[in-house]
Formats: sequence, structure tokens, C-alpha cells
Amino acid sequence: MKSSYQLLVIGAGPAGMAVAQTAARHGVEVAVIDEQAQPGGQIYRNVNASPLADIDLLGKDYVFGRQLVQGFEHAHIDYFANSGVWYLDRSGELGIVRDGVHHRVKAQRIVIACGAQERPMPFPGWDKAGVMTAGAGQILMKSAAMVPSEAPLLAGSGPLLLLLAWQYLRAGVTLRAIVDTAQSANRWSALRHFPQAIAASDYLFKGLKLVTAIRRARVPWFRGAHDLRAAGGERLTGLHFTCRGKPQHIETSLLLLHQGVIPSLQVAAAAGCESRWNALQQCWQPQVDDWGQSSVESIFIAGDAAGIGGARAAWLGGQLAGLQLAHQLGQIESTLRDSLAQPIRRARARHLAIRPFLDTWYRVADASLVPRDEALACRCEEVSAGEIRALAAMGCTGPNQAKAFTRCGMGPCQGRFCGSTVEQIFAQETAADPQQIGRFNTRPPLTPVTLGQLASVSH
Amino acid sequence: MFKVLGDAGEQLVIELDGAEVMVPAGVSVAAALLYLDRIPTRHSVVNGLPRAPFCMMGVCFECLIEVNGVVDQRACQIQVHAGMRLRRQLTTTAESHL
Repeated sequence: MKSSYQLLVIGAGPAGMAVAQTAARHGVEVAVIDEQAQPGGQIYRNVNASPLADIDLLGKDYVFGRQLVQGFEHAHIDYFANSGVWYLDRSGELGIVRDGVHHRVKAQRIVIACGAQERPMPFPGWDKAGVMTAGAGQILMKSAAMVPSEAPLLAGSGPLLLLLAWQYLRAGVTLRAIVDTAQSANRWSALRHFPQAIAASDYLFKGLKLVTAIRRARVPWFRGAHDLRAAGGERLTGLHFTCRGKPQHIETSLLLLHQGVIPSLQVAAAAGCESRWNALQQCWQPQVDDWGQSSVESIFIAGDAAGIGGARAAWLGGQLAGLQLAHQLGQIESTLRDSLAQPIRRARARHLAIRPFLDTWYRVADASLVPRDEALACRCEEVSAGEIRALAAMGCTGPNQAKAFTRCGMGPCQGRFCGSTVEQIFAQETAADPQQIGRFNTRPPLTPVTLGQLASVSH
Repeated sequence: MFKVLGDAGEQLVIELDGAEVMVPAGVSVAAALLYLDRIPTRHSVVNGLPRAPFCMMGVCFECLIEVNGVVDQRACQIQVHAGMRLRRQLTTTAESHL
């Protein structure tokens, strides 16, 4: 790794790969660092190095990633796998740990393309051993060719939950049931976005295909489920929930949860990039311009890290950022940038056309964002929703003061899996807009780094 | 808890809690633990609650485990290697909490 680059991209998912390829094509000196061993991000994880005998099992949208990864691997880019950023600042200085060695790198421009993470789905017992995310189930298939050895239970809502169910059925896995927490009233409000969604009808047909296959497999489907509680001691034994007014219990040793994804904000927030509350997608997203440039001049944010739009929109958005970076770094004129950007913008708009429909259809119920008192909000420090609620009632000013009182958000995950829950509790208890409540402050180190690694700094 | 689809493929020997076990090559430590059905993988330092891999993508830090004598490593971010020594962080009391 060199000590300086014109452009350093964090993340080798669709957005990061596209930024790097586009900028490199126009003569920019680019480095890409990524935490995984293979490029592709979580969405195209292991797509060109799959342990699966037949990757068609995962569907054609996954297989599509092959060409993207191939193009990336053939481009003139310094790519560093197994590398994480623990520090960055607005002057373009970064601290990177790669295979246990610390590197200090300077870049004229930085692109944050860290993608998304699962939205927390807190309820009593969601921390039990045997409860995992739906994304985790997919990662096990993509990276290890592993599927559940006993029928799993799926709970929550959102396209990924249905996709995982479909992929498991194709892999011959029997599903215990789907405990569907989507609100039926959402469908009516989603209807007004339907005309716009027709522009991206391939997404609608895909959804229909998934639902049809799951119905055909006669998977028990509990719609309108709520009030989830996981049971078990050392391990998960089952899930209690209420459906159509009746209490239900399903035994299972594996429960896979999903209620949408949210941008990974950790790196952008630590760098001081401003973000705003997206009321439709129920999450924070960084403020970026049409090209992905953040409120910090030296930093761009691309793909789902800048707002949830899906893999294809991320790929196209990354190309736009790459063009603007090539322009800002003196490689192309604005006229060339604009003419190249035009068809990319059109294609991206088509992929984004489905979002208002999907986001409304799968809007998460307030009760699913903010759990009952006994549920853990912060898994790391084991702070319950009730404790946060009590703080709010006492006049605690917000998430950052709650840290000082309870240590919530101060454990190993640094607030990644409790931040949105804690903010929502404050917003609901004080009837305030999440924008006014604000977020946890995020500070380095962003990934664990040892004193030994820091002392062995390599330039 | 999890099984490998199709042929088992290449396997390698690692040490888990002092005993030798066979796991598939080329997978993460967290995947290997789920394959071996060895959960919980730790007890929390706060209240000793049982925990296991949760997100598999380095975000949640639930899969922390001792690897070759170093504690609190993210099992989902480390690949298995032949001869690797793993120890689950199973303690029922919270002895220290920094």
C-alpha cells in the first residue's frame, strides 16, 4: 500500500467497484480497501469464488454480479482485501489495518461505499443464541455454501426475507413458517406509488415470483403478526407471537430476522459528514449532492451508504461519483463528465422508481422499531428499552446523554445495532422529530485496532 | 445448526475448546461454529447471557471468540486455518467489565 493516492475508496461492493473502475478508466490513481477477502460486497459476496456447485440457486440478480466483479478485477486499481479503516479525517488522512499491519495513507479524495446493514429488529429475546439476521443466512449460503440443517423460522418483513425464503426452498430447505410483521394497511398507501413503480416492473415481477413460489411450497405464513417474544435458555427454543388476536407459539432452534436495511453510517459520521432523517425509509442518511459529494469536500459517499436504493442503483450511482471525481481531480472536462453521466442518471432513476412503492409497502410499524420495556435495545451493554424510556421520561436530553447514564451504544459494536432503536425511543417518548433528537456521536477507532498494530505503523 | 450443501468438500482440523474437530475449509470461524452446532459461542461480559453469531458481516460483534490465545476476535471476519486454536468465551459470571 502506498502512502498516498489521488482517490481512496472504502468498500468493494457495487458502488465502490463502480467508483473505482470509472475513475481509473479516466486516469485517476485509485486504491480500494475492503474488509472481505473477495470483492463484491455483501450483495455479490463470493460471486466469482463461490463454494456453491450451482450459483443459479441464488437467482439471476446475484449471478449478474459476476460481470461487475470481473470488470473490477481487470481494471487498473490497487485493491486491498481484508483491510479495514479505523480512522479518517476531513483532510484525507486514513488509518488502515490490513492483515494485522497498520498503514497511514493520505488521499486527495475519499469515497465511502460501506453499503448497508440490517435494521435492528428488537423484541424480548432477540439476543438469544439461535436468533440471526436473514442477511446472515444469505452470507452463509454465499460464502460457505451452508444452509440450516433443521427447518428455520423466518420473521419480519421486506424483500430480503422473501428472497431468502425463495433461495432456501430452491436449496431444498424446509421452512417452519414465515412470521410476517408487515402491516396490511401499508398496501393501500403504497398503491399511490404504483404508477411510478411500473417503470421498474422487473422488481414487481420478481416479488410476484418469490411470493408465488413460497405459496406453492405451502409454507405456513402468519400475516399481521406482532408482539414477538423469543423463548429459550442457553439456546433459542421457539418464538411466541400474536396473530389475528390469537397467541401463537412455534418451536425452532433457528430464527432469522429482517425488517429492511439502513445505510452504514459509522464511517461517514466519524468523518463529520452531515446526515438527515429520511422519514419514508425510517433511517438516517448522509447529505450528498447529485454526484455523491458529502458536506465534507474531500469525501464522497456512494451506494446504499448514501441512502438505500439497491445494488443496481448503487452500481450506477458509483459511476456518477467516479465521473465527478475524475473531473475534480483534473482528468476530464465537465462537458465530457455531463455527457457520460446523462444515460447513467436515466438508468439509475429507473431503478430508483420502485423505492417509494417498496418503502411504503414495507414501512416498519412503530411498535417494531421501538420494543417493549423488557427487550434489549443495546445488546452489547444489555440496556433495555425500558431503561431508555425511563431516561427520556426523566428529561434526559437524548442518545448521547443516555450513553453517559447507561453505557448504551458504548459496547463493542459502538452503537451500530442500537443507535436507531435508542433514537426512536427518544423520538416517540418526547413526541419529537428524529432530526431534532439526533444520533449517537461516532468516534474512531471504527474497527478494533491493537496498540501493537498502532506502534508498528507502516508508511 | 447449519450444513454444507452438496459434497462436504475439503475439510481441515482445528482445535476448539481443547479438542480437535473437523471443519470445512475456506469458511469463516463463525460459519465453522454454526456447522459444528457449538452455540452459544460466548457468555456476555455484562450479565453472562448466552450469545452466538448474529449478523455474519462484522457489524454486531456478537461472535467474539478467542483465536490463538487472543480474545474478542470477530469470528465472522476470520477464515479457518488448519491447526487454529479456538476457545469459546464461556463464563457465567461477569468478572471484569472495562
